[in-house]
Amino acid sequence: MLLRHTPKEISERSALTINPAKTCQPIGAMYAALGIHGCLPHSHGSQGCCAYHRSTLTRHYKEPISAATSSFTEGASVFGGQANMMQAISNIFAVYEPEIIAVHTTCLSETIGEDLKQIRKKAITEGKFPKGKYMISASTPSYVGSHVTGFANMVTAMTELAESTGKKNGKVNIIPGWVEPADMEEIKRLAALVGVKSILFPDTSGVLNGPLSGEYKMFPDGGTTIAELKATGDAVGTLALGEWCSADAARELDKKHKVPCKVLDMPFGLKATDRFIDALRTVAGVTVPDEIGLERGQLVDLISDMHQYLYHKKVALVGDPDQLISMTEFLVSMDMYPVHIVTGTPGKKFERRIKELTAGLPYQVNVKAKGDMFMLHQWIKNEPVDLLIGNTYCKYIARDEDIPFVRWGFPILDRQGHQYFPTVGYKGALRLLEKILTVLLDRKDRDSPEQTFELVL
Amino acid sequence: MRKVAIYGKGGIGKSTTTQNTVAGLVEMGRKVMVVGCDPKADSTRLLLGGLAQKSVLDTLREEGEDVELDDIRKEGYGGTLCVESGGPEPGVGCAGRGIITSINMLESLGAYEESVGLDYAFYDVLGDVVCGGFAMPIRDGKAEEIYIVCSGEMMAMYAANNISKGIVKFAQSGNVRLGGLICNSRNVDNEKEMIEEFAKKLGTQMIYFVPRHNDVQRAEINRKTVIEWKPDAEQADEYRGLAKAIDGNKMFVVPTPLAIEELEKLLMDYGLMN
Repeated sequence: MLLRHTPKEISERSALTINPAKTCQPIGAMYAALGIHGCLPHSHGSQGCCAYHRSTLTRHYKEPISAATSSFTEGASVFGGQANMMQAISNIFAVYEPEIIAVHTTCLSETIGEDLKQIRKKAITEGKFPKGKYMISASTPSYVGSHVTGFANMVTAMTELAESTGKKNGKVNIIPGWVEPADMEEIKRLAALVGVKSILFPDTSGVLNGPLSGEYKMFPDGGTTIAELKATGDAVGTLALGEWCSADAARELDKKHKVPCKVLDMPFGLKATDRFIDALRTVAGVTVPDEIGLERGQLVDLISDMHQYLYHKKVALVGDPDQLISMTEFLVSMDMYPVHIVTGTPGKKFERRIKELTAGLPYQVNVKAKGDMFMLHQWIKNEPVDLLIGNTYCKYIARDEDIPFVRWGFPILDRQGHQYFPTVGYKGALRLLEKILTVLLDRKDRDSPEQTFELVL
Repeated sequence: MRKVAIYGKGGIGKSTTTQNTVAGLVEMGRKVMVVGCDPKADSTRLLLGGLAQKSVLDTLREEGEDVELDDIRKEGYGGTLCVESGGPEPGVGCAGRGIITSINMLESLGAYEESVGLDYAFYDVLGDVVCGGFAMPIRDGKAEEIYIVCSGEMMAMYAANNISKGIVKFAQSGNVRLGGLICNSRNVDNEKEMIEEFAKKLGTQMIYFVPRHNDVQRAEINRKTVIEWKPDAEQADEYRGLAKAIDGNKMFVVPTPLAIEELEKLLMDYGLMN
């Protein structure tokens, strides 16, 4: 009972977060940056920030994460970090030879008012950039928003590279949002199956789920190339998956390069995937290929086969807004009851959207943006659930309250597979459903008395 | 839209000069927004007829993320749009960060959108450019012309010279330029000539010489700009003149700040002339 001090009685809290359901902006910025081929993320701040952000990503993806830092000291905090950044630019291109550096700020550098765009211009004027090398930058103070905001800011920064030649290239930009490398691969597979030529950015597949080949590559083969990022300005359209993660970048491309955009929910679960496939189909002007129809049919089959075990099961969810919106819709579509939903990321529209999705259910959903896991735990104590879905930090609640638990989201620090097996698309939904069923049925087997302990379920 | 930042030594009369000039621009039919970047939140007092304004940061603190433009932007004299950044109490927190936060917020709320139809946005910035936060209004894409309010006093000129150094740094990588010095007279000996010479050495101009007049003080007590309080006052015409000079200004330069010895010499030359 590690969380035995969590009281059942809920009291008003205005200035205290306990067990936050979010982390630092730069972690998102760093993850996004790794989705560019040949990119070295750079943290403009003190060393400790960079070390923490790298290690969190390593713990989740189980891959080495390289990132540089401006190594702020007392002096840089007082006099500004321009000199450190200039030195860093010289060192990085001399020693590591990336194609591009993606710089994000930290709380410290942001607070003292560092202006990365000005520093970049100065570096360019002084000839610090070798020919054909680039730098993009994002402002990522952690006291604003969450890791999701940082991710979105860096993805938006990528659009700085977009160019319009005036001639459309027939491709569709797909901005996947913060999903696993395997999910990015799956999104590309689905787009290709429908016959859409796509530019996916960022794309961490092949970067953070790479093979062990015996040879260390600082810059793995995967990632969106700079040529592709430039070409996003000539695309015929953009599909942005997730309002929080991807919409800003898509709107920027629309504003700057007149690339029309459509913002969709992340394709988790049946309905959200339907909408994604429909959007792809519309862009390509084709009918949905049989192969995708088959995958959808399999998902619908499993849902109906196992419906009795899912029916009216209460679920508690914690995670990031875009993911939770699609997951809530998925659970509702299978007649499950998502009753408690928490994200640490701010945004009132999250609460509104969840309420819309659960409007037809015979209970009032507990939902909170900018909430924490302590709140979620209290809600669970007041109204117990049959299933908990969330990141690794939920394991304490799952253990104390003895709830079947599916790990899904970021970070997952204690189980494997998330990098390799997608949860987007119909196949991904099948996997999610398999995981949900497994924990529910394991519980049933554990708790069944001998006379109802069934061989076939 | 022209985005103008007003800098100068603390207490030199930036806020007073800005608001009186804005009143002059309004008379000329210009649509103006004034953004006060001073934790004291007194940059729009004369336009609003008192400190009625709730600052951006107060609103942010109280209302959280859901701030609407109408919560923080009030209409003042002649249809001017007034915003106060606000900031922490003296001695706590970080005022510079406050300015960054509030300018970012104004941008994301669309205060500068074309649909607002602004001719001018004025940033009235606290004292010297003491840290990165106070330079926010002159970062790339923000204010592009700067006027420094100064007088013939040593410290005011010293501050103006320092501010010019800040402008040089940002001008190297952006479009920010110095539009001129506004001399807010303190009745110092040979003040006009000295500031004209100082401006010349900085590579800029003295765009206007505002003589000292007690009507400014009287209007302030009435919480009004001179133009509103007494439209036919001589001083009202001076501010109209300044407004006209700014409206027609074509001289925008990257300044050439003076070495301290040079500045001291200038004072000696003019101060001891009589």
